[in-house]
Amino acid sequence: MTIGEFINGRRGKRSFHVTDLLSYFYLTVGTLLMFGPVVWLVMSSFKTQAALVEFPPQFLPYVQQTVEVEGYDDPLPIYNVTLDDGTIRTLAQVRRVGIEAQMVDPQNPEEIIKVNIKQREEIRQIRLAWENYVDPLERFNFLTYLKNSVIVTVVATLITLLINSMAAFALSKYNFKGRDTIFVIIIATLMIPISVILVPVFLVITSVGWNNSLWGVIIPGAATPTGVFLLRQYMLTIPDELLDSARTDGASEWRIYWQIILPLAKPALAVLAIFSVMWRWNDFLWPLIVLSRNELFTLQVGLNSFQGELNIQWHYVLAMTVLTLLPITIVFSFLQRFITTGIATTGMK
Amino acid sequence: MSTEYQPQRTIRETVSYLAYLVWSGFMNTIEVVAEAIQHRVGIDRMGYFFVLPNMLIFGIFVLFPMLLNFYYALTGGTNLFLNERPFVGMQNFNTLFDCHNFFEPNSCNVPADIFWRAIFNTVLFVILQVGGMVLLSLVTALVLNRKIVGRGFFRSVFFYPVLLSPVVVALAWKWILQREGLLNALIESFGGEKILFLLNGNWPMFWVIIVSIWATMGFYTLILLAGLQSIPSDLYEASAIDGANEFSNFRFITLPLLMPTMFVVLVLSMIRAVQVFDQVFVLTGGGPGTATTFMVQFIYDTGFSNQIQIFGLASAASVVLGIALLILTLIQLRMGRESSMV
Repeated sequence: MTIGEFINGRRGKRSFHVTDLLSYFYLTVGTLLMFGPVVWLVMSSFKTQAALVEFPPQFLPYVQQTVEVEGYDDPLPIYNVTLDDGTIRTLAQVRRVGIEAQMVDPQNPEEIIKVNIKQREEIRQIRLAWENYVDPLERFNFLTYLKNSVIVTVVATLITLLINSMAAFALSKYNFKGRDTIFVIIIATLMIPISVILVPVFLVITSVGWNNSLWGVIIPGAATPTGVFLLRQYMLTIPDELLDSARTDGASEWRIYWQIILPLAKPALAVLAIFSVMWRWNDFLWPLIVLSRNELFTLQVGLNSFQGELNIQWHYVLAMTVLTLLPITIVFSFLQRFITTGIATTGMK
Repeated sequence: MSTEYQPQRTIRETVSYLAYLVWSGFMNTIEVVAEAIQHRVGIDRMGYFFVLPNMLIFGIFVLFPMLLNFYYALTGGTNLFLNERPFVGMQNFNTLFDCHNFFEPNSCNVPADIFWRAIFNTVLFVILQVGGMVLLSLVTALVLNRKIVGRGFFRSVFFYPVLLSPVVVALAWKWILQREGLLNALIESFGGEKILFLLNGNWPMFWVIIVSIWATMGFYTLILLAGLQSIPSDLYEASAIDGANEFSNFRFITLPLLMPTMFVVLVLSMIRAVQVFDQVFVLTGGGPGTATTFMVQFIYDTGFSNQIQIFGLASAASVVLGIALLILTLIQLRMGRESSMV
């Protein structure tokens, strides 16, 4: 029970119990299942086309070693060949005819040795196929998609933070006629997703002339009820005396908003900013409807149009998928504690 | 030594100073306008000023379309603009409900058969996905609530897929589930035969559910964990004095006190499951045939993707979807009030 003692040594209080072992087993399997698909995706994205169609697949991105042989234009793949007399030699393959392979010794390229293909074994090495990442950047609109996604995410998040915090300020710190009605409407629409009103929103967008424009993606979702609700609840905890004393000092309402309320609401604003970045970066259905011109696609829509092609070019699709998940993963690895506790306390998405 | 860092620091300082200039310049500009307005309307009515931009966008792009949707559902034709759409009354709804037997989608006329297939698929999906996910989230939350070394790490592990976009999630799994994929390699190495997971029998529905659970359970695990941790620990201490065992602790303390949180999780996850679309759209495209076509995809196909865009029918279908969501929301509000009274 050395493991048990180890765990107890860290935790102290309770004696070791079989359920502890089960817990760690569960968590280990869980970790494999949660990370496994992403790890596999990343490993696969570094494989060459040849390695991708290999079955059964290897975990690491292997490529066959090649060698330049005098008298041949292309580099030749090299094999370990077990000859009839039992000796093993390293030979390069010139061509394959049926079950027979014609090999040459790289040191002695004149003489051709014919062997059965079962006698040879590939010599492989690990190589990361960076070309999977570089090629799409040149051949496809990947950078355009990336630019569109960044524009949508940044602009939408800034607008959301600004107008949501203004509305939350009004709803938490002012007493005006219709305030409660507005708040009830916002609460009531917390659960109404855009998928329920696709057609009429599309009509409004088209009437404004935002069909096939990034504004059509950015604006409709900017006034999030979730954000207003979250910020309002937080601003209620800011004491009114602060505002009153600022007013006595002659500050205007707008100055109170941006120099007192906004700095004090920073934690709630940060949570909303993270939510908004997540929503916008991952948004799919609405951009899919609004954007039909390739050069306006966001990453998610672009990625989908790639994988929808008749011949899926998996080596590119996988690499682009990895690039798409990279920003969110980096942000998460830095802010994970903040994000997980933020979501646990606000309880929404 | 420190001179090497000097340029970097000034660059950073310059950038943040510039950002501050832009930010305060922007805010000061608005302030001129806002102060002028404040002079006219007085302090109390400045609330309208602050709430206006948000409510304007909200009104135009959410509230107005919500009302418009009902009218849209009563019009026909394939034109988008309302003045070119004839009023057809309940015709769209009649088309959607054109069935001999509502429990047998094959007895419906086109396109009601797809609509009802989508409804059945959605109901099946909601039951299995929510059921499986709540169970797994609960178990995970209970495990994470124990005295675990590295709880923060494991919590993040289970949460990580929640952040991934549906397209990324679907592609990662499509790669694993394809004919020559990892899963079939594992099956063959144990002597089994390759299975076409995204094409054969009930497998597509099965995997759509599994992938969806995989991608969302971390979120609900977090909420349940927060609920578990808000249960006061002196209750357990008191029951230990009474000599209660682990199971009765769970049965008589944990479960009842977790009920409100469970309920939030149940309703939130149901509302989201009813709207299932993007992952499935990329993973199976709704197929094979209509095996994994759900309600939102029916709306999308009818209104936007098919050759002929039947907006009225799509609107009518979204009214039905909206009513389903409304019922779920009302249940939540009602039960939420009850549980907050306890």
